[in-house]
Amino acid sequence: MIRPDADVLLEISGLHARVEDKAILKGVNLTLRSGEIHAVMGRNGSGKSTLSKVLAGHPAYTVTAGTVSYRGQNLLELSPEERARVGVFLGFQYPVEIPGVSNLEFLRVATNARRVQLGQEELDTFAFEDLVRERLKVVQMDPAFLDRSVNEGFSGGEKKRNEILQMALLEPLVAILDETDSGLDIDALRIVAAGVSQLATADTATLLITHYQRLLEAITPDFVHVMAAGRILRTGGRELALELEERGYDWVDQELAALELG
Amino acid sequence: MAAVQGRGREALAALPAPSRRQEAWRFTDLALLVGLDPKSSAALSRGDATDAPAPQGPSPSGPGTLRLKLDGSSDPLAGVVLPAGVSPLSESELGLALGHTLAATGCEQHWPVELNHACASQVLALRIASRSQMSLELVSDAAAGLRPLRVLLILEEKAQLQLCQRLTASGAGLTSLVIEAHLGRGARLEHGLVALGQPDAALLAHLALEQEPESDVSLVAVSAGWGVSRLEPRIVQVDGSATTTLRGLQVVAGDQIADTHSHMAFGGPEGQLDQLHKAVADGRGRSVFNGAVRVPRAAQRTNAAQLSRSLLLSDRARIDTKPELEIVADDVRCAHGATVSCLQQDELFYLQSRGIAADQASALLKRAFCEEVLRELPAAARQWCPFERLLAADGSEAGRADGFGLGLEGLEGEGG
Repeated sequence: MIRPDADVLLEISGLHARVEDKAILKGVNLTLRSGEIHAVMGRNGSGKSTLSKVLAGHPAYTVTAGTVSYRGQNLLELSPEERARVGVFLGFQYPVEIPGVSNLEFLRVATNARRVQLGQEELDTFAFEDLVRERLKVVQMDPAFLDRSVNEGFSGGEKKRNEILQMALLEPLVAILDETDSGLDIDALRIVAAGVSQLATADTATLLITHYQRLLEAITPDFVHVMAAGRILRTGGRELALELEERGYDWVDQELAALELG
Repeated sequence: MAAVQGRGREALAALPAPSRRQEAWRFTDLALLVGLDPKSSAALSRGDATDAPAPQGPSPSGPGTLRLKLDGSSDPLAGVVLPAGVSPLSESELGLALGHTLAATGCEQHWPVELNHACASQVLALRIASRSQMSLELVSDAAAGLRPLRVLLILEEKAQLQLCQRLTASGAGLTSLVIEAHLGRGARLEHGLVALGQPDAALLAHLALEQEPESDVSLVAVSAGWGVSRLEPRIVQVDGSATTTLRGLQVVAGDQIADTHSHMAFGGPEGQLDQLHKAVADGRGRSVFNGAVRVPRAAQRTNAAQLSRSLLLSDRARIDTKPELEIVADDVRCAHGATVSCLQQDELFYLQSRGIAADQASALLKRAFCEEVLRELPAAARQWCPFERLLAADGSEAGRADGFGLGLEGLEGEGG
């Protein structure tokens, strides 16, 4: 839903970042307003996942130039946990397994950290169970997964559902979903996509990072960005995703080569 | 006991104290014990054996559970009414049985054992009758000086014993523990040992277990906070065909040293061992694990697995871990593995990315690491060992452990 007068939630300008000595992001510009769904597409190594990790504050990445403003606040100054608490959510491409840490308790502590930030009362075990059972419906997840360790022994699809369940509990304003469609079969993809669509409201912005058009059949983006060599090369509407699907990424390479020559 | 004590004193006089020049003590510096001259401590007046029980009132015990206090100098059974199925060993039985399992597991002449024998004036010696079940709690708190604790347990055929043992230290001193247990055919021993010391206290423990076929041992030993601790679980499956489950967790911080030398021997075929040893080392702490498994030719179709997992939390801490498998039989399965790692950056980041503060996230991961062993403790022993106490044993971790104020108390026993 595009409304030109909607609030700017996230504004990325001239963002450069590196991991160890390798520069990966080389000037990313992107503005997310409330109500919008953006898709970032691109080949492996184009910098899509790096962008998501930099936004979430992953310690392995260093921002070397540029700014990221979240609702007028300098996001880059915040620790990863502060970013989460103020409402920035990263759905991991590879959710991490944490043996010995109960999924239910993990979800409760995370939810309460966000609630404290929002000035809401913390939920005790019983109140939280009620909430989580209701939110499980968003991703049609089996409650048995609550009693297991975080992501341990979950299938690819179950891990991604668990990510979207976390999003449903944390109610972020900006959700960045890094290849949430990878490793999902058709049914799981449909369920996860329906969950994401349900959680994308007029007050939130969603950034979908994906290789393939198939996720975008289930979630219609307002903007599609093509990323290559660490920057956004082209921005368009949904038709850009279809064009990529049809023509592949070769033309992106050509365009990039032309740009670099120029 | 007087005869044993006399022999122990003679042996100790002839036996030099362990030094780091000996392979088995290579990593474990007993400097902390320097102030305690073992030869003169053998003559500690309160430690003189008289073979006469000292009067003492019964200790409180929960329903169905016998709780005894071991102080090393008075008779733990004085004034205690034993439940049906449990009886003290007679003097002649004691003469035959005492030391039998130590010899069977090859440690009767180990220095810590001789030290214990030289100083111990009391032995808690109980027989659990065939097919009876009981739950026993042994608690002891060591103040200054040397506290020798000596226990002998005979589990007759199909007897079942849950033994929860708590060792604490409230002063600078040495706790010397020697336990022998003989399990008859089909007997079951569930032993949870929780040993929480302090930086100027030391613990030397030998746990010698002898298993007849079809018997089942589950030993969960948790230690933290001792200046020096050395645990030697030594188990023999006399004719194989028994089950042994060993779980260990040792936590060191500050300048502490924790050393576990386990020794498992299979005397016959079709024995089973499942062993997991975990260590957490912070500060300048040092953790040592040596896991010996002996599978001679007679022990065909043995199925043994040993895993050592260590968490290194400081660049000045040190971990030495060594499996020591001696396999002669050819039709066996003996798996072993060892890992040493830091807290995983990706796990920390994942928790942080959900709004959990860095210090709380690391406490959560440490807890999860320990929980794998703690959850195997019998319930009574589990209560003695709250996670916060475990990592706070040195004091330096207390602040971080407090990070659980957000309500992670419910984690015990979950997950997995």
